[in-house]
Amino acid sequence: MVEDMSNATISKTTGGSRQSDSVVRVNLSSDSQSNSGKPQNEMIMQSVDLQVHYGDFLAVRDVNLTIHKGEITALIGPSGCGKSTIIRCFNRMNDLIPTAKVGGKVFYKGIDLYGPEANAGEVRRRIGMVFQKPNPFPKSIYDNVAFGPRVNGKPTKAETDELVESSLKRAALWEEVKDRLKQSAFSLSGGQQQRLCIARALAVNPDVLLMDEPCSALDPIATARIEDLMAEIKSEYPIVIVTHNMQQAARVSDRTAFFNTEIGANATRPTGVLVEYDTTRKIFANPSDTRTEQYISGRMG
Amino acid sequence: MSSVVSAQPVATDLHDTTSRSRKNLDKLFLGGLWIFTLLAIITLVTLVGTTLLKGYSRLNLSLITNFPSPFPEDAGIQAAIFGSIWVVVTSGLVSLFIAMGTAIYLEEFADQGSRFNKLITINIQTLAGVPSIVFGILGLAFVARGWLGWGFTVGTASAVLTMMVLPVMIVSAREALKAVPSSLREGAYALGATRWQTIVKQVVPSAIPGIATGSILGVSRALGESAPLILLGALAYVSSNPAGFDSDYTVLPLVILKYTQEAQEEFQAVGAAAIIVLLVLLIALNMIAIVIRDKSRKSW
Repeated sequence: MVEDMSNATISKTTGGSRQSDSVVRVNLSSDSQSNSGKPQNEMIMQSVDLQVHYGDFLAVRDVNLTIHKGEITALIGPSGCGKSTIIRCFNRMNDLIPTAKVGGKVFYKGIDLYGPEANAGEVRRRIGMVFQKPNPFPKSIYDNVAFGPRVNGKPTKAETDELVESSLKRAALWEEVKDRLKQSAFSLSGGQQQRLCIARALAVNPDVLLMDEPCSALDPIATARIEDLMAEIKSEYPIVIVTHNMQQAARVSDRTAFFNTEIGANATRPTGVLVEYDTTRKIFANPSDTRTEQYISGRMG
Repeated sequence: MSSVVSAQPVATDLHDTTSRSRKNLDKLFLGGLWIFTLLAIITLVTLVGTTLLKGYSRLNLSLITNFPSPFPEDAGIQAAIFGSIWVVVTSGLVSLFIAMGTAIYLEEFADQGSRFNKLITINIQTLAGVPSIVFGILGLAFVARGWLGWGFTVGTASAVLTMMVLPVMIVSAREALKAVPSSLREGAYALGATRWQTIVKQVVPSAIPGIATGSILGVSRALGESAPLILLGALAYVSSNPAGFDSDYTVLPLVILKYTQEAQEEFQAVGAAAIIVLLVLLIALNMIAIVIRDKSRKSW
């Protein structure tokens, strides 16, 4: 299924009615004001008027995003603009924060993640996540990768061996660790640990991979390896990546969402808003919004 | 090479400018610390040394194979050793299970902000500081007599020591669970693990070193405890090992108390030898704690 609706997915934060219009257009996927000419990949996730409160504080509001198969979607923006908050809504990790309240909807293949038919555990298995700091379990390399399959079923020893090997291979780590699978995951370098975390996430065969600043704790060489890896696996696993690094977004992503902060009428703390969402090429070469242009060119944030 | 060096400005301000008085204060502070450390070591060495000297003559196999006797040369402490093991092992196991459950509930499930849970927390912390004799009185009134009426038995002593050790264990188990980094929980949840799987497979295993250390410390306290057991019939002439929870019993701290109070110097030697046995048991317990801690750290 290839749809031509790239412009329909752009949603600027200019008032509610305009946004619901664009949402309807996305759902009908009939708009064809394309200016990129690039054929669209099938949509796999979509957020509609997504907003998150922490207690009384509105952290981010009115986020309308679409995530497509075979693509890397980058979320960029200054600190505190709600990028991480948004990505954590995509696999219900915000459920773990008692004060967090999610409004709006997040659809995964048409199912509302926060609806009654969605189970948080199943959501997280389908939509994997890699965190900012590598967080391997205090176990062996093998057991780290095997943990996901084990909590989601009862794989036999042979199945587990097979899964561990294939996951580590997909995460481009197999050659480095195949002779020491029983060693502690902490014996690996930071970059290897992060690839182990990616292998661990891939072992449950997710449909989408969320990455929350996966390279911010890594050196440039390890970062480059992760970026290569992302490019290799994106055809199989669509990726949503939060990054502070604009060059990284420009290098790896197919689409970019630029978030910014603004202080609401009655608020004391800044709220994150989605300023512009488009193909990465358009965002970096010819952004529609002046704020995006200012941020990209380094005059803000 | 030399031209490169001479091209640089010459540093003149790197010499030591610390004033004499500040240096002296430094030395004084270090000296003070040394003195305090030495005081602690000297006290310990003196205690162990004098006890060893006094009990050396009775530190032989008959001490731990014999039962009490009117004759000091035959008197042994086997009944007390077995009594202590019975009481400490049973109360340790029971309180470990209850403490784990309580700590997991309070740390992982309970709403930290709720007033009820705050009250429970304050209660537990207060109980951890209650003098042991109070637990003895409680046990006398509700376990030995009254309600349960178990009498002066192993079961009573076990129950009272459990009550006494429990708060300490809960507090230390909670600390251990709290110290588990949240990134570990997130990692497990992100793979689709349920709350139960996350706790059982990641959080608790990571907390085991801390829980083990806290528990053994609690058990050590129970092993050395005498005050509540005086009230609960342990200060008695018991000439057989406990056979069950309803047996008579005595424990090491109380045979020590009994023998060291005797007028005959030979009995005092038995008491001193019993102190050494108690110390060895305590050290052994601590060793076990260290082994568990290191093992669970290295097992992955």
